[in-house]
Amino acid sequence: MTTTSNLLRAERIKLFSTRAPWWCLALALAAPLGFTALFFALAGPEIPATVGNTQLASGNGRTVLLVLAVLATASEFGWGTMRLTFQAVPSRVPALLAKVAVVGAVGAVLGLVVGFGSWGMATLVQPDADLALHSGAEWRSVLGQSLVFLFTAVAGVGVALLLRNVAFALTVVLVWTQLLEGLVVFIPGAGRHIYQWMPFHAADEFVGAGGFAGVPTQLPAAPLSPWGYLGYFAAISVALFVAGVFVTARRDA
Amino acid sequence: MIEATALTKAYGATTAVNELTFTARSGRVTGFLGPNGAGKSTTMRLVVGLDSPDAGTVLVDGVPYRELKDPLRTVGAMLDATWRHPGRGGRDHLRWLAATNGIPEQRVDQLLELVGLKSVEKTRVGRYSLGMQQRLGIAAALLGDPRVLLFDEPVNGLDPEGMAWIRQLLHSLAAEGRTVFVSSHLLPEMAQTAQDLVVIGRGRLIYQGTMDDFVARTSRHGVRVRTPHADELRAALTGQVEFTEEDGAFVVSGVDSDRIGQLAFDAGATLHELSPIAGSLEQAYLDLTREAVEFSSAVSPSEVTP
Repeated sequence: MTTTSNLLRAERIKLFSTRAPWWCLALALAAPLGFTALFFALAGPEIPATVGNTQLASGNGRTVLLVLAVLATASEFGWGTMRLTFQAVPSRVPALLAKVAVVGAVGAVLGLVVGFGSWGMATLVQPDADLALHSGAEWRSVLGQSLVFLFTAVAGVGVALLLRNVAFALTVVLVWTQLLEGLVVFIPGAGRHIYQWMPFHAADEFVGAGGFAGVPTQLPAAPLSPWGYLGYFAAISVALFVAGVFVTARRDA
Repeated sequence: MIEATALTKAYGATTAVNELTFTARSGRVTGFLGPNGAGKSTTMRLVVGLDSPDAGTVLVDGVPYRELKDPLRTVGAMLDATWRHPGRGGRDHLRWLAATNGIPEQRVDQLLELVGLKSVEKTRVGRYSLGMQQRLGIAAALLGDPRVLLFDEPVNGLDPEGMAWIRQLLHSLAAEGRTVFVSSHLLPEMAQTAQDLVVIGRGRLIYQGTMDDFVARTSRHGVRVRTPHADELRAALTGQVEFTEEDGAFVVSGVDSDRIGQLAFDAGATLHELSPIAGSLEQAYLDLTREAVEFSSAVSPSEVTP
């Protein structure tokens, strides 16, 4: 066996031998599917039945995945297993790459399941609506979640490497996703323009889950194409991870 | 073999390890002794590359730790038995660690047997007793069948049975030709375990050598002499050797009992007692490290008690 497969195996055992990741995965799946069902069953004309809107609730799953990635990484600093890992892999970087690969892969698979699951749930609840995947944009809405979730996981690992404390890192990602991004839009004047550059808004733009119709947040025309937005989101996630690796490799453990 | 040369590490204004040079030989248990805060744990972290030294080097079998490929196969270290996820089973804890260095899973089972944790291998580690955690940490250190072993305070908090178990394990590991480097702040424990000794205080080397030498060199030597002919003996000793008189006996230092016996015989003094006295090992250690105790208490116990 090569070093790479050894390290991937070690990170896989680590991730799935505690309970928290399993709970997170269950929640990350149940929340978006449940909310999608509710939206399509109960909402009136404010949520038109489009393929893009089947992904409206995916943000909930994304947030839970972010929590999973932070827990899987930051808790290792808290419990001291990161030091054992560095004893076993003193160059450190390969071990951190293995971790992001495993957590990222879990994210990608979860994204695929959430994307298709939400779409499937919506078609079940509103069988009369035309939710068939005709265009490339509609395929992107559903399949694209896989990429969004992959880079969400990368960002979570990165933030945890930078902050190294479970409570601190969780607070930062939750306040960011649940409060700050949404509040930016209400800053008078520049707020709407800044909001268009918020990372998770970028992720939503990529999959076409742009938000509720009729909500008074009339945004200026989008500055990037959907794929441009994905590139922007991916760049931020990778930058966070690279910064986290850089800091962790140099610091005393 | 572990070779540290002029190892120095400071955290902010505190110099934890200061120009420390020592060697731990293979086939020996080397005790690493010093008061709390002397820099023992820092030194061990430097050995396994968790921290980077500000100056100096430390080599394990001639190589810096960070250059070892699959280091668990060369160096096994238990620096802190509480480095584990409490929600993970003991077996899974060893499995992931073994996987990092490509160590086969049969080895995990072997070690669970060896340290007596087979029956609780699936139990979450958070429920382990302190002794069980230490055993798990020791199993983790032995995973790669390493030639060099480091243990930081392995008997802390263990019952006498656990202590005896670890002591015996360390001896058998050294007997197999491995380097065993084990820290403690308790000399009596070390006296029973270690063959070689590295003593540090405030991050500096105080003593390096064999345990036997340490005992011989630091013990207060003297010979206690009793005689009914005190005047004759006093006259014979005066000017020849240093001595004191207490409770009707002489305590002579600087010469051995053969010479004193001869002097007494020449002076015609009958001897009722001629016995060498060895000072306590613990006292010698306290004398040696007194200067180096980092937090010496400002108030003596007698001032506290009314």
